[in-house]
Amino acid sequence: MSTITRSDVAYVAGLAQLDMDEAATERLVDEMNSILDYMAKLNELDTDAVEPMMHAMALTNVFREDEVAPSLPRELALRGAPVHDEEYFMVPKILDAEGGGA
Amino acid sequence: MSPWYEKSAFEIREAVASGAVSARAVTESFLARIDAVDAQVGAYTQVWRDEALAQADAVDAKIAAGEPVGALAGVPISLKELICTQAGETTCSSKILAGFQSPYDATVTQKLLADDAVVLGKVNMDEFAMGSSTENSAVQKTANPWDLSRVPGGSSGGSAASVASATSAISFGSDTGGSIRQPAAFCGCVGLKPTYGRVSRYGLVAFASSLDQIGPLTRDVRDAALAMNVISGKDPRDATSADLPAEDFTKKLGASIAGLKIGLPKEYFVDALGSEVRTLVEKATKVLEEQGAEIVEVSLPHTEYAVSVYYIVAPAEASANLARFDGVRYGFRHPDAKNVTEMYVKSKSEGFGEEVQRRIMLGTYVLSSGYYDAYYLKAQKVRTLITRDFDEAFKACDIILTPTTPSTAFAMGEKSSDPLEMYLNDIFTISANLAGIPGISLPCGKSASGLPVGFQLLSKAFDEATLLQTAYCYEQHGGNDLGLPALS
Amino acid sequence: MEYEAVIGMEVHVQLNCKSKVFCGCSTNFDAPANTNVCPVCLGMPGAMPVLNREMVTKSVAVGLALGCTISRWSKMDRKNYFYPDQSKNYQISQYDLPINHDGFLDIDVDGKKKRIGITRAHMEEDTARNTHTLGGGQSGVDFNRCGLPLLEIVTEPDIRSADEAYAYLTELKQILQYLEVSDCSMEEGKLRAEANISVRPVGTEPFGTKTEVKNVASFSGTYKAIEFEIARQIQVLNDGGKIIQETRGWDDDRGVTFSQRAKESAHDYRYFPEPDLVPIVVDEAWEAAIKEGQPELPTPRRTRLIETFGLSAYDAGVLTQTRAMADYFEATAAEVPDAKKAANWIMGDLQALITQEEGDLSTIKITPLQLASMINLIEDGTISGKIAKEVLVDMFQTGNDPKAIVEAKGLVQISDTGELEQMIAAVLEKNPAQVEEFRSGKEKVIGFLVGQVMQATKGKANPKMVNEILRKQLST
Repeated sequence: MSTITRSDVAYVAGLAQLDMDEAATERLVDEMNSILDYMAKLNELDTDAVEPMMHAMALTNVFREDEVAPSLPRELALRGAPVHDEEYFMVPKILDAEGGGA
Repeated sequence: MSPWYEKSAFEIREAVASGAVSARAVTESFLARIDAVDAQVGAYTQVWRDEALAQADAVDAKIAAGEPVGALAGVPISLKELICTQAGETTCSSKILAGFQSPYDATVTQKLLADDAVVLGKVNMDEFAMGSSTENSAVQKTANPWDLSRVPGGSSGGSAASVASATSAISFGSDTGGSIRQPAAFCGCVGLKPTYGRVSRYGLVAFASSLDQIGPLTRDVRDAALAMNVISGKDPRDATSADLPAEDFTKKLGASIAGLKIGLPKEYFVDALGSEVRTLVEKATKVLEEQGAEIVEVSLPHTEYAVSVYYIVAPAEASANLARFDGVRYGFRHPDAKNVTEMYVKSKSEGFGEEVQRRIMLGTYVLSSGYYDAYYLKAQKVRTLITRDFDEAFKACDIILTPTTPSTAFAMGEKSSDPLEMYLNDIFTISANLAGIPGISLPCGKSASGLPVGFQLLSKAFDEATLLQTAYCYEQHGGNDLGLPALS
Repeated sequence: MEYEAVIGMEVHVQLNCKSKVFCGCSTNFDAPANTNVCPVCLGMPGAMPVLNREMVTKSVAVGLALGCTISRWSKMDRKNYFYPDQSKNYQISQYDLPINHDGFLDIDVDGKKKRIGITRAHMEEDTARNTHTLGGGQSGVDFNRCGLPLLEIVTEPDIRSADEAYAYLTELKQILQYLEVSDCSMEEGKLRAEANISVRPVGTEPFGTKTEVKNVASFSGTYKAIEFEIARQIQVLNDGGKIIQETRGWDDDRGVTFSQRAKESAHDYRYFPEPDLVPIVVDEAWEAAIKEGQPELPTPRRTRLIETFGLSAYDAGVLTQTRAMADYFEATAAEVPDAKKAANWIMGDLQALITQEEGDLSTIKITPLQLASMINLIEDGTISGKIAKEVLVDMFQTGNDPKAIVEAKGLVQISDTGELEQMIAAVLEKNPAQVEEFRSGKEKVIGFLVGQVMQATKGKANPKMVNEILRKQLST
């Protein structure tokens, strides 16, 4: 496996939308390296022929039927939002440059 | 007569349902107990005094009207801060969810209310269930009732401390890598992690979705069975819940364990295991052997990889599960956020504690481009091997017996500086979550310094009945009633 | 240097399930903001998704129609990215095991057939809608759309021109509408097309740097945007410049594409299997049942209409544009002696009325049986073709039977020879000058005389007979 650098930490923090200052970055470099070193133990095992366990249960095809169920009253939906009006959840103005979108 | 708060849930339910005592009287007894001791213990983050009494009155009214009452009628319970309740708040002991009121009840909450349990309030935990000591709570410290300078374990530390200090008859926690069993061991109570899929996760704020299960922490084994009768079952809102017929988990309590094969995995009785713990666990094994169980040695060869697998899979899932706490629909938004990116970054960085951020970073890293195969995929493959180990072992035995923790409760602050050392504390409990099998921790004595020691029983998936049967048998013959800790 | 374009299309189509993909909230488009929301689609803590069975059925139906291989074993994955149109900051989508893969769609451009490869068609949830019109430096988020069932259909880079892209979209839309899995309204965003466009020197293999053109509100806009983008890229290259990989929007007013995202950060979506959902197994029986329920698709239907009814390729194309129209045509054609007449009435007068009234073929008052009955009234000489146009308008407005209309309004064609002879004689008597002109060889004047007869009979005279009798009387 690999060694985590400061720039790795910065990159991952960017993906996770976390702010890592100098001290936190330094600390995380050490901690993550120590944890990942420990995890390197996994490389002792030959798992080429092993299927990954992606689900904890051997269930398949659990569906709901296509039926409409009541939605939340809007006041309740919006109640916990830090900023909202009577209709919308409000966020700082979105600029296209900020990415996203399916 | 001893006060109601010292009674088991079973005794309370019998007394309430038969009219021997009112649910209100029982509830008042527990509320008084909270007033008396919880300032020292710090289990409760919210006490719902008025709501609890109103619920108790409703139960009493049903009884007065001759209506049937539920399986937990009048039993005062507490819920871990991450089980959604419309009443009160659901904060996950995190700053980011401070004041959050869930618009819906978790399925487990609904089931408990439907069975007439009386909810006394919510109890403390490690923030988002990430921790083994409850020291990661952003709300308050919780102490081990047996030694207030020590941790109660975690992440369901509030639950264990509450049951141990008799401030709730049953507490419902969650277990992702040992978060019910480890604090139960530290606090001297019974803690059951059900089979993955046995109990609905709908309304359990997710830490690691493929590992999380809600389960009871109780004073004795019978109460755990009683609680399972109420919370188990297929939930159409949880696609991962098992569609099995309803089961009476008390049905095998008291049945003989003669001929039952109990396996001791050699990989668990290693040097890291403290000698006091080892001695008491061996004593417990003897008790079960005397009751007719056949003790066999089994092997779980991939045990040493479990912690690594867990600390890849759980943070990976958590990194996605916790992404929703972004300050848009609920929770904390940093007041200085001037644009969307700042809203995310500032809110998360200030709203999440250090351990949560560490795990988000770890989880994000192991999923990121170029590392997925080396970490996440590799871990899931080894998880298959760990699960196969159990399949093999259960061909040779019915129940696996292990220590719950390597040591007794540690002192506050003792391990919080080294995350890896803290992670290794889960070494005996993690495998059950990875394999999805049920596990129970129950007390098997006290250390020389008076701290509870627990041992763990594991069974095949969906065989909680045998697990409870074995645990009950030990409880009846082990002679280890710890009593209540001395709290002034 | 001569360049050719290499284009791949990504189409997002909203499937018309009644409820969202993972919760019971309604998919109704018109609901006020944030009223079709619940803990699941708002990503409330603890809420969990459960997959809508109909989402799978409809997705497989599309896959089958596109000749895809249906995955026996499929799963949902989490696609992680932060954006305020997300409720969980991950989108539940499909990564390495899409429900449909490796299909194709045949298109026809100016009579030239071409096969466009379909890489995959996978299930995912739609995102919320952001509004930027609230002012105060704020955007609003409406989660009604969040969690709507979406199928993303991705082609191979097989498309070479805007014409082919347009044909692909048109054909795809037609298929989706035939399957009745989506109403494909682009205005309502129920069908969204993106084009990945690059150019390369003709005869070379490697792809050029691509741009992604997004957010175009119509097929014609997409056509124009692709045309523009190809030309722009060639221009840049000819000027010695480099194409920057980026997302570009389309300004319909100015007719140009424009850079939307200056830097396309390398997306690192950290896909992993959605642990809250279980794998999806579409076994042979389920696949067969879905196949069983499928309607005849546009291409085979066109062929059949040509063979069965002797229609021209053009007419068959028009009549199969929608399943409703083809059904309507076939139901009408079955009741008349000459199917071509049914085709003409449907494509001509009826379609004109529908267009004029902004109606829809599937909801009009005239049934195919009534239309057939009207056509048969012409055939048996009861009414003239001209009167029929009037009758059709009446039918369109009232839904009444053509026979009843004809009787009530006394529109029965005058085909009585004696009656017509008398009327024509009277007309000739009133117009001696024109009669003289005709007899002196100006035969064109007969048109005027026919007109006079028709006027006198309020259009009810059988035009064929009028012509015959007129000529007979004029020549004596």
